[in-house]
Amino acid sequence: MIEIENVRKSFSSLEVLKGIDLTVEKGEVVTIIGGSGSGKSTLLTCINGLEPIDSGRIVIDGTDVHAKSTDLNRLRRKVGIVFQQWNAFPHLTVLENVMLAPRKVLGLSKDKAEEIAVKQLTHVGLGEKLKVYPNRMSGGQQQRMAIARALAMSPEYMLFDEVTSALDPMLVGEVLDTLKMLAEEGMTMICVTHEMTFARDVSDRVAFFHQGIMAEIGTPDQIFASPQNPETQKFLASVR
Amino acid sequence: MFNYTFHWNQALRALPQMLDGAVVTLQVAVLSMVIGVACAIALTVFRLSGSRILGGIAATWVEVARNTPALFQIYMAHFGLGNFGIHLSPYTALLVGIAFNNAGYLAENFRGALKAIPDTQTRAGRSLGMTSLQAFRLIVLPQMLRVAFLPATNQMVWAILMTSLGVTVGMNTDLAGITQELNARSFRTFEFFALAAVIYYLIAKAVTLAARGFAWRMFRY
Repeated sequence: MIEIENVRKSFSSLEVLKGIDLTVEKGEVVTIIGGSGSGKSTLLTCINGLEPIDSGRIVIDGTDVHAKSTDLNRLRRKVGIVFQQWNAFPHLTVLENVMLAPRKVLGLSKDKAEEIAVKQLTHVGLGEKLKVYPNRMSGGQQQRMAIARALAMSPEYMLFDEVTSALDPMLVGEVLDTLKMLAEEGMTMICVTHEMTFARDVSDRVAFFHQGIMAEIGTPDQIFASPQNPETQKFLASVR
Repeated sequence: MFNYTFHWNQALRALPQMLDGAVVTLQVAVLSMVIGVACAIALTVFRLSGSRILGGIAATWVEVARNTPALFQIYMAHFGLGNFGIHLSPYTALLVGIAFNNAGYLAENFRGALKAIPDTQTRAGRSLGMTSLQAFRLIVLPQMLRVAFLPATNQMVWAILMTSLGVTVGMNTDLAGITQELNARSFRTFEFFALAAVIYYLIAKAVTLAARGFAWRMFRY
């Protein structure tokens, strides 16, 4: 369970998160929508401790992420994240990209790491690309590789930060299909996205962020069919 | 002007002697690169350390090495330090001078290579649970090496050619030094120096080609 309590975060004088409260249960899929600069992506990087917070708490399965005593490297094994820019490691083949962290962070044997990597890559449809270098693949394929790389650590939670925003429109579908598959398998996910159809189809709950505040949260039906907050209504009208 | 008679035989007879010199030349160049790379790594760490003193030392070193003549740097190592009672042999002075020069250029090269690797690479590594050291060693460093490698081989070629400045501090065992002595004895300046130039050219070319081959094998992406 991820518990976010009254989280505030500023970049110098700009307050990007103004007291966020959100609890995500095991197995739940929560998507966060909202305009740029609303704090959606910042929240994700705070959840796995890549960014510090100013006040409030984020607790994952009882561990306070931003407590001084927390071993973030250990915590991050449990919380995978995939970014808008997939950040493939260009000097490693697809297989090596996925094997690296299981070997070096989890300390698995080469054979075991390879077995896991092949399984995850096959799972995201890249079983034929094992020996290829990332720059030989499309953005969609690289993004799927990044997802497999995160999954190879067998995380319990996955954070997706606008994973389709940097892709050609024709490549968006294959990545969204991968996310859908994960959601159906019961992965706990928080997805920041601009893909409204996706948000409606896979989410258990949809949160709308506006200027650092979670303006509204509810089931996809509530948010998309009868949004209560005027800002949500405005936003949904503009993206439709 | 053109009634000069070439005496190539005399030069060719001295070839084994000159090749011995070429070995010394290569030795100085390789050592100067080894020392240069080690110093450049230290300078790069100094610059990143955030310490004013270390940063200042590194910045001064890089500035002087890159913006003053190599000849001056070798002179300082021999005659300059001599004034303070530190007497380096021509061989050592040449080595120190070139290593100093190499370190300055390589430090700049390393810094550029480090900048060329986006922070997001480190971030991706950290988000997989790597420590910052692991992220550097496993992700940043291998990519840096690729960026830094070919410029570093240029510096290696430059180091080989710089060794010829050793004659100015009395170096007489390297290729330039031996050639100079042969020339002084025979006055067959053109023949000896032309032959020396060919040897320098071949060494430099061999290094460049070997480096390219190495890079082609190593950096497959």
